[in-house]
Amino acid sequence: MSGEVSAEILTTHLLDLASKGKRLDGRGIDEYRPIRIEPGFAANADGSAFVHLGDTKVLCGVKLELGKPFPDTPNAGVLTTNAELIPLSSPAFEPGPPTTTAIETSRVVDRAIRAAETIDLTQLCVTPGEKSWVCYVDVHVLDHSGNLIDAALLAAVAALAHATLPRKRFGVAETDLPLDVVHFPIECTFVRLGDALLVDPTFDEEKAAQGRITVATDETGRIVAMQKGLVGAFSPEDIKEVVERAFKHGDRMRALARGERP
Amino acid sequence: MGSVGAKEVPVLMTPDGRRIDGRRWDELRPIHIVAGPLRQADGSAFVEWGANKVMAAVYGPREVHPRHLQENHRAIVQCRYNMAAFSVDERKRPGLDRRSQEISKVIAEAFDSVVFAEEFPRTSIDVYIEVLQANAGTRCAGLVAASVALADAGIPMVDLLPAVAVGKVAGEVVLDLKKEEDNFGEADLPMAMVPQSGRLVLLQMEGHMTREELSKALDLGVKGCREVHEKMKEALRARYTTTDAGADA
Repeated sequence: MSGEVSAEILTTHLLDLASKGKRLDGRGIDEYRPIRIEPGFAANADGSAFVHLGDTKVLCGVKLELGKPFPDTPNAGVLTTNAELIPLSSPAFEPGPPTTTAIETSRVVDRAIRAAETIDLTQLCVTPGEKSWVCYVDVHVLDHSGNLIDAALLAAVAALAHATLPRKRFGVAETDLPLDVVHFPIECTFVRLGDALLVDPTFDEEKAAQGRITVATDETGRIVAMQKGLVGAFSPEDIKEVVERAFKHGDRMRALARGERP
Repeated sequence: MGSVGAKEVPVLMTPDGRRIDGRRWDELRPIHIVAGPLRQADGSAFVEWGANKVMAAVYGPREVHPRHLQENHRAIVQCRYNMAAFSVDERKRPGLDRRSQEISKVIAEAFDSVVFAEEFPRTSIDVYIEVLQANAGTRCAGLVAASVALADAGIPMVDLLPAVAVGKVAGEVVLDLKKEEDNFGEADLPMAMVPQSGRLVLLQMEGHMTREELSKALDLGVKGCREVHEKMKEALRARYTTTDAGADA
């Protein structure tokens, strides 16, 4: 939101607030913005979820199609995650090929889903070596008000948790089957402002940040992915601290992602 | 959009003149418009039209990218109409295909016809339309969303731009086709109208119609646009008469 001229002033102000344990929107250092999940938002998808994380809005749609397994994994289906940072969502995004930010967001989300073994890919095999389900997880960012990674993974996991294998549509079986989600990864992102490590940064906090770190945890107590981003550094103590905080927030957010089938 | 496996042609019109969803020939699907759901955009709107869900955002007037498109005496209007991969039955490859590019062009030209572009020389007014759930008539739903978003962004315009598709189904001219009618119907005619003058700034047609049918279709489209126009005005009034700034999508 802030113009480039005022960015410097805003950064100074955010740093000053953080040093007093405060934030511009009145939240505590370790407090998420309100989260709301609307499962089944896109009816033409096989699973979907609209996530509101404060003013950040992302929509994830899951589509399942029949395809061929990869030659090196004949007994497994295929899972593809893609995040589109479309120009609708921010004045900073322009049309054209994906920026490095978009690619990073996409890959960090994909990594958590894969590493956590969110979906048992052998479940997606229909005929070994010949036919398997291809699961496309497409994340659409609609309003970029900060912390896209956490919002995108939350939407992806919620969409998968509410997805259906469209077996009837593809003539594989007489009935559809709920997609079985085995693990529930959640990513928690923190930014450094001075000595403070702020969870769930807003757009302005990300701009002012002196380093960003994302920790993905699952419900079994595993850390399944991490990513340090932006210019800045974290000490091993910082890392240990954010991991603990990521587990605490993760448990709460997992319950939201699981929700109830609509 | 074709679906997997063969499908029979459904009954599109009953003998007593009811359509597949029970509507009469001259009835619109339910339309719900929310003005200003997005925070980052200068203006935005969300439209639910039947089973369509479309989000639009407007940025600008702002610097022109790419620079060489800049015009010295007026603003340019750029539009990007895009469908989400999961918005249709069979997953669409992400990104703009030729259809989306054509739609983007005709929508941009429609808006260029109504905004006071000469007020903002050397700038760009960027219109983004994202189809999240598609069920025929997405370009009209997108155009309506974008028009409300332009108003929400405070861009001076001659008028709002309501749009609707008219078509021919089972030999009858009907208003606002839904998916089955679009797939199995005989003609589709999307249009956008400037309510003040009654002139059309977007018009496309595919299929076959006689001269009489076309004339009837145009009259029906004008009537449809007038109804859509009311919905657009309601959405903007709702947005600007409440004290609560951030309406929700």
